[in-house]
Amino acid sequence: MALLTVTGLGVAIGNVTPLDGISFEARKGEILGLVGESGSGKSLTALAVMGLLGRIGGRVTTGSILFDGQELTILAEPAFRRLRGKRIALISQNPMTSLDPIVRIGAQIDQVSRLHLGLSKPAAKARSIDLMQQLRIPDAETLHGAYPHQLSGGMKQRIVIAMALAADPDLIIADEPTTALDVTIQAQIIQIIVDLVRDRGLALLLITHDMGVVAQACDRVVVLYAGRVAEMNTTQAIFAAPRHPYTASLIACIPAHDQPEGTLLGIPGTVPGVLNYPPGCRFHPRCARAIDVCHAEVPVLQTLTAGSVACYLQGVPA
Amino acid sequence: MLLFIVKRLLLLIPVFLAISVVIFMLVHLVPGDPIDSILRVGATPAERAALVARYGLDQPILTQYVTWFGKMVLGDLGDAIILRRPVADLIAMNLPHSLALGSLALVFSTVVGITAGALAAIFRDTWFDRGVMTLILLGSTVPSFWLGLLMIMLFAVTLGWFPVSGARTASALVLPVLTIGLGGVALVARVTRVAMMDIARRDFVMMLHAKGVSRWRIELGSVLRHAMMPVVTILSLRIGWILGGAVAVEFVFARPGLGSLLITSLNQRDYPVVQGCLLMLAIAVMLGTLLGDILQAMMDPRIREGMK
Repeated sequence: MALLTVTGLGVAIGNVTPLDGISFEARKGEILGLVGESGSGKSLTALAVMGLLGRIGGRVTTGSILFDGQELTILAEPAFRRLRGKRIALISQNPMTSLDPIVRIGAQIDQVSRLHLGLSKPAAKARSIDLMQQLRIPDAETLHGAYPHQLSGGMKQRIVIAMALAADPDLIIADEPTTALDVTIQAQIIQIIVDLVRDRGLALLLITHDMGVVAQACDRVVVLYAGRVAEMNTTQAIFAAPRHPYTASLIACIPAHDQPEGTLLGIPGTVPGVLNYPPGCRFHPRCARAIDVCHAEVPVLQTLTAGSVACYLQGVPA
Repeated sequence: MLLFIVKRLLLLIPVFLAISVVIFMLVHLVPGDPIDSILRVGATPAERAALVARYGLDQPILTQYVTWFGKMVLGDLGDAIILRRPVADLIAMNLPHSLALGSLALVFSTVVGITAGALAAIFRDTWFDRGVMTLILLGSTVPSFWLGLLMIMLFAVTLGWFPVSGARTASALVLPVLTIGLGGVALVARVTRVAMMDIARRDFVMMLHAKGVSRWRIELGSVLRHAMMPVVTILSLRIGWILGGAVAVEFVFARPGLGSLLITSLNQRDYPVVQGCLLMLAIAVMLGTLLGDILQAMMDPRIREGMK
């Protein structure tokens, strides 16, 4: 059963509509990848699910977000606040800036369990230290009293993860959790998150632009392009047979170990800004296979035997 | 923390020495001679030489400085040439008035300024925010001497609530404190508001929202706490200004104070008094900065560690 069902979600900021018709579902015990380049609307989707669009001046215009049978788009702020941190938690993009620099890290983790589980100060501290040890943070007891600037980036990200776990959430949204970290510890942090989700049977929405991370961690993938879903399928199927030319290009960008020097691939052009989304399929200006209909008509997301795709080229031989 | 304070205090010693040299030299470098203003018209060169010798002005400049510094450290600031009294006495008479006015104005502008600025930031872009900021713009553009006169007209002359001038009663402090304090309110409120709005956009604040902390708790518990750092900085810089910069207000309300003593003795080229006043102001600025640094270090662990 799906824990989170997003249907036809549209998001507006002022009078522009950066997200439109986003649909996907996340299940318990499953890792769902939300993939796309910068500007494709991944983080906005996360903010919409967290009910934090208002913080950046955005709002949900259409569609529904159903979490455990509860409609979130009409949920009042006090009720939403009890959900945030308690049942839906966030692992943010940049651990360097996500911790309050003048508050001891222990207190920042404790805050979550004290707020949502009503724990006393010593109980919250014991819980946080236990969590830190589970996350393989050395000398957790001492670090509980340390300040964020005394920790390395990887350690800070573990603290952010501990914060997310502190009230035993059902859904974790990880927004590019390793982008700001050194390459050497990226895989390690992803592995920690994956293990946690598997052990605890949580649902994870893993937002990334890195198809390597998707291959390492995700069960299913939603590919976003310019605020719309391009393709959705199991990780295996997406890598074996991408149906959308955009997905295919993303996969082609992963460097292979036997690749000759100087042949790194990219996708020509950039994601269009929200103010100049092209008509028709939003990918067509960068698509090598675009045909006439792609310029004029918006492709709908059609469900196939396995997965779904929004592209007119289905059945057209490459 | 104690080590931090001791280090900061030690750092003040060279600063104090440098300031004392500047203060000592300053009055010797400006044109004008107090001896001329003491001598009666038509005095003989012999009378003049006697006076110069009496004040030690015939000594080499270094000797003059060492003598001056040695006495100054012991609290002897010399005698006023025109007012013919010990400078220390003059300062002792004027400083309490300046301290009372300055500290009350500082407290007033801190409390009212932070409250107004924080509320304006929390209710940003509402009628409340716009109203407060308009008042504050008015408050910061009206010159204090004019504001003081308006206050006298309204509260002292028309309503008769407070005395027009003087420093005899505590109620005589109210209008001058308001006059000086309102300028500070404008400054503090603006810095508080801008800092809070800047900090509210930081990632860690978004993270607090994502943790389910309530908006008020975030704004008053975290955002305001961070916004206090720039506020402390401007307040600590203002301490010296409030002590010596209240001249216009002191004149309007006919109050004694360090500012008016300084201006009067400058006009009369009464060097020892000018030196004494400048010294007091320099000490006030130094202590203000020290206090600001200590408060900053108490608030931010990164600063504490930077000083180890």
